[in-house]
Amino acid sequence: MAIESRIESGVTSALEVEQDYEKHIKDPQAHRTMVLNMGPQHPSTHGVLRLLLELDGETILKAAPDIGYLHTGIEKEFEAKTYQQGVTLTDRIDYLAPLSNNLVYCLAAEKLLGLEIPPLAQYTRVMLAELTRLNSHLVWLGTHAIDIGAMSVFLYCFREREDILRIFEMFSGQRMMTSYFRIGGLALPHPRGWQKRVKDFIDIFPSRVDEYEELLTGNAIWMGRTKGVGYISLEDMLDLGVTGPMLRAAGLALDVRKDAPYSSYEKFDFKVPTSTTNDVFARYQLRLEEMRESTKIIRQALEGMPSGSHQADAPGIVLPDREKMKTQMESLIYHFKIVTEGFRVPAGEVYQTIESPRGEVGCYMVSDGTQKPYRVHWRGPSFGNLQAIPRLIEGTLIADVIAALGSMDFVLGDTDR
Amino acid sequence: MLPESLRDNSTAAALADIATAGKLEFGELTIEVAPANILEALRRAKTALGFTRLSTVTGVDRFPAEPRYEVVYHLQTIGNKERLRLKARVHSDNPEIESGCPVYRSANWYEREVFDFFGIRFLNHPDLKRIMLPEEFEGYPLRKDFPVTGMRY
Repeated sequence: MAIESRIESGVTSALEVEQDYEKHIKDPQAHRTMVLNMGPQHPSTHGVLRLLLELDGETILKAAPDIGYLHTGIEKEFEAKTYQQGVTLTDRIDYLAPLSNNLVYCLAAEKLLGLEIPPLAQYTRVMLAELTRLNSHLVWLGTHAIDIGAMSVFLYCFREREDILRIFEMFSGQRMMTSYFRIGGLALPHPRGWQKRVKDFIDIFPSRVDEYEELLTGNAIWMGRTKGVGYISLEDMLDLGVTGPMLRAAGLALDVRKDAPYSSYEKFDFKVPTSTTNDVFARYQLRLEEMRESTKIIRQALEGMPSGSHQADAPGIVLPDREKMKTQMESLIYHFKIVTEGFRVPAGEVYQTIESPRGEVGCYMVSDGTQKPYRVHWRGPSFGNLQAIPRLIEGTLIADVIAALGSMDFVLGDTDR
Repeated sequence: MLPESLRDNSTAAALADIATAGKLEFGELTIEVAPANILEALRRAKTALGFTRLSTVTGVDRFPAEPRYEVVYHLQTIGNKERLRLKARVHSDNPEIESGCPVYRSANWYEREVFDFFGIRFLNHPDLKRIMLPEEFEGYPLRKDFPVTGMRY
């Protein structure tokens, strides 16, 4: 088949590439192409993604992603855990954005329960979700730059990421697997002195973003490697299920925070940056812009932080106050019931989506009225995004694959679940 | 047949002739169709109703009820202003349903995942094989009769 029509067909399979490979072994003259296995241990795949590439010289004729190396059966595991226990599993799905995952899971369960979340908890959720976005974008920028050959940016990015992780640790006691958002609010009240820590960070952070830009934006090698690389049309992306910064770099301002606001995002003033250049460089600039916008959101949350309780007033769902538990009979009973058997969630089904650093995360939760979810389906943004890989890299040069893949910012834990 | 409460809903009305059930809960519209009509429903949703995005496809096992499996499509219009959940119930004797790939290309992987975990076969799917689990894996783990612990199916 001609290269053009192969690429046109869009959908490729690993099996076909393997069959080609067989043919190639038996009769080297019949096929002048080469099959290259990229991954599952390739450093630039950030996890364990295997790509089967069929090459003609340095041009990629066909690409077939092979996923599942990190599959952990989390969706099945949800069915064996109570609702509150499920929060800890969500951390482990997209391990670079644990709080975004906590949030979507809690929102879905709270919708089923009909819980009203106090403003303080909502604002804290927004603030920490945006810090998570910064955290994830920083890891992305550092590793993406390393892939392309700019070593030093990584060190700068991880310096700021360390500050964010310290803030997470302050709030939740954990740096990465935070589980800080719980069904009904937050796990713990605010720690002492958190305002200063967050304020110090957002005061310094915009200048740090400028620093990254200084290192990369004008850099001739960086521009050479990223400009005009990794083009994929907007129609293809929409049709293949791509969301997040990839779409926005193609000019479509699709952002769940604006389109279907959750956790009081409608009260915050921020822009959704877009770009029309639609290449690796545009995605890089867009993410930097998103970091600046996130900083603004964090500042608004910090300054406008309401007072009140960190948990909803829902006895039987939210664990009672420690003091009350030890002095009041009723609280002790609730405590015992929640800890031993969990709480019942009314039967029904919801599909909750939020904007994670990578795109749209969806949590489809089905309840049958018992203490454990009947079914939880996770729509990972990386899973949708990865599907566009063949379209993104077929017909391009092999040297550009690394840059194009990096610009996607996928996490394999999120893809394989 | 759609319930009275959905009479004024334009999305529901456009699918009324093929809908077998429908509901509006938590502001989310669910329309149920027969498995034979799923492709038609998806086509109408995309072309006539403007649901450009397929957010995800998944399955639910209603064991021991029959038809046992639900195949669920979550659709969105651009701007996420409107959402639609399309559902078809598939019998366990012959768990087959028409693939949505001709309408939404993204259905490819999503449906492979459903096939992988539930063993529901999608007809006319371009590349129907396991996606997460190894090819030689036996059983379909998200079925309710698949154990959470232990190795035996």
